[in-house]
Amino acid sequence: MAFYRSHILVCTDQECVEKGAKEVERTLVKELKKFNLDNEIKVVDTGCLGPCEAGPLMVIYPEGVYYGNVQVEDVSEIVEEHLLKGRRVNRLLYEIGDDAEVIAPYQQEDVFPGEMRVVLRNCGIINPENIKEYIAQDGYQSLGKALTELTQEEVIEMVEESGLRGRGGAGFPTGLKWKFTNQADADEKYVVANADEGEPGTSKDRLIMEGDPHSLLEAMAIAGYAVGANTGYIYIRGEYQLAVNRLETAIEQAEELGLLGENIFDSGFDFKIKIREGAGAYVCGEETALLQSIEGERGEPQVKPPYPPSEGLWGKPTLINNVETLANIPVILEKGAKWYSEIGTESCTGTKVFTLSGDVENEGLIEVPMGTTLREIVEGFGGGIVNGREFKMAQTGGTSGGCIPKDLLDTPMDYDALAEVGTALGSGALLVMDDTHCIVDIAKCFMHFFEHESCGKCLPCREGNTRIYEILDRISKGEGVLEDLDKLQDLADVMSNTALCGLGQAAPTSIYSTLDHFKDEYLAHITAKVCATDTCQALVVDDEEEYERSETA
Amino acid sequence: MKSLEELNKLREEIRSKEAEAAESNVKITIAMGTCGIAAGARDVSDAILDELEARGLDDVTVTYTGCIGLCQQEPLVKVKAAEQPVVLYGNLNAESARKVVAQHIVNNQVVSEWSINNK
Repeated sequence: MAFYRSHILVCTDQECVEKGAKEVERTLVKELKKFNLDNEIKVVDTGCLGPCEAGPLMVIYPEGVYYGNVQVEDVSEIVEEHLLKGRRVNRLLYEIGDDAEVIAPYQQEDVFPGEMRVVLRNCGIINPENIKEYIAQDGYQSLGKALTELTQEEVIEMVEESGLRGRGGAGFPTGLKWKFTNQADADEKYVVANADEGEPGTSKDRLIMEGDPHSLLEAMAIAGYAVGANTGYIYIRGEYQLAVNRLETAIEQAEELGLLGENIFDSGFDFKIKIREGAGAYVCGEETALLQSIEGERGEPQVKPPYPPSEGLWGKPTLINNVETLANIPVILEKGAKWYSEIGTESCTGTKVFTLSGDVENEGLIEVPMGTTLREIVEGFGGGIVNGREFKMAQTGGTSGGCIPKDLLDTPMDYDALAEVGTALGSGALLVMDDTHCIVDIAKCFMHFFEHESCGKCLPCREGNTRIYEILDRISKGEGVLEDLDKLQDLADVMSNTALCGLGQAAPTSIYSTLDHFKDEYLAHITAKVCATDTCQALVVDDEEEYERSETA
Repeated sequence: MKSLEELNKLREEIRSKEAEAAESNVKITIAMGTCGIAAGARDVSDAILDELEARGLDDVTVTYTGCIGLCQQEPLVKVKAAEQPVVLYGNLNAESARKVVAQHIVNNQVVSEWSINNK
């Protein structure tokens, strides 16, 4: 590539051209040739430079000097004085400084003031395919500290004191899980990162693995040290190919530097990480089904107990944590349990990553302290509802979560407060819907998903999802009867009480909450045969049809 | 890696190299998460690289990163030029990315039309 000591940008926007910019440029090129400067200085056309009233305009870099109202006869002076002798031509100078827009440095806080990034600390900042950028951000310091300065018990104690709870959805205290796995007696143990992320509307784990894969690897190694495991598995859904590639690169780089592998930090601790790709079954996010899948079996949930911390992968004690849970670990070790426990609410510490989607102005991912209200997220980061419509409801925690109506918009988003209003924090999916959506149609759509994803092992889930879907389908076609609402309630009770795993137990959550908050809409479909939003096609009577009917009558 | 000291030494080496590069070079960071790529980040990246080459700007570092959370505004590109604030551009395509190179990097003027934090 040729090297030029200077670039001259000549504005060739319409206005400047009308004032003679092209002639000026041609003269400039000729003059440069005359002084043999054409190998050192490059003339480039550019778009509007802003102050059109001063055209023809040009700017000389690297100095950033602007010349305005440049006429053909001025060119030789610029070339001889400025470019040859290095003296500015003051009479032609155009002061750009005052006109230039001042823009404050980009800060994440500008986008949403309430945001706090712990898990996503490096996402969108570092190059995920270069371990050095992670190390420059204090990466692998926590692993080094754990291996060289802390005992296994001290690490577990820190995690316990931080108050961290599982971010996969259930909210089980992470420290306790670590303790159980540590206390289990076995010759071999495993650490598994649950990266199956099958909940519709959630992509936080993908974002972490794509944007900051080393934070997961570091956390898994710390967990391995704490519980006494030397092998880790990342069970990742097969669709996440980009994340798989980046994780593979990251593992390779960490092994090269001796941050994974044998005798890490000369501590005698070995740790290896392997990746296992899922084949796309929602149920494999359930921990026992996930372990079956890693073992090469069909991904079906198993009866609990025994729980994985005592008997998991290949019958050995196994620690299973969600990706987001693990990504918190290096920060907790770096900044301390007390620092972490002061974020969020008393019973739900730390931050939570939400995947915001649906009818909001800004869809995306956001990390806020636990206990931030739904309203703050929807109206703050989300920028409100699109097209100036009304907020109708938000589903939290993905398809297996419940629906929050408008009057509960001020609910704090944490495990306990959401459980109180009949839904769950779950994986942090937030699906916002405006008032153009029909509740029956939405519920039908959710149940269709579960009908498809039920593994079929236990009856309540296999039959329950199908029957609920059938009833909703009837209601949406105007064929529902009042008893159907009781049947829905009964089926939901049986499923949540008796299904084998979380899938069947949580599947009817949306039925409960929609019956609770939007019963009127169900009733309108059943008794008046009306779908207020014109969504249920069987109940929509268009003008033409009405005309035909009256004709035949 | 044999000790924390060794890790610290490596970290300081990397940091000083990064600081050195930041002083002299313009740094363009293109968000390449799945959301970015789906929105056309690869086209944006190609356009930027092509534009830099056509203009002979070889003191510009182009690097990649993951999703920053603003999926709605993808493709996102962060530009850090010396003596300019860091600017995040959003909703770019190949054409507007070329304009960002011309206006921000060559002309040293922030293109407010696509800058995210200028609303």
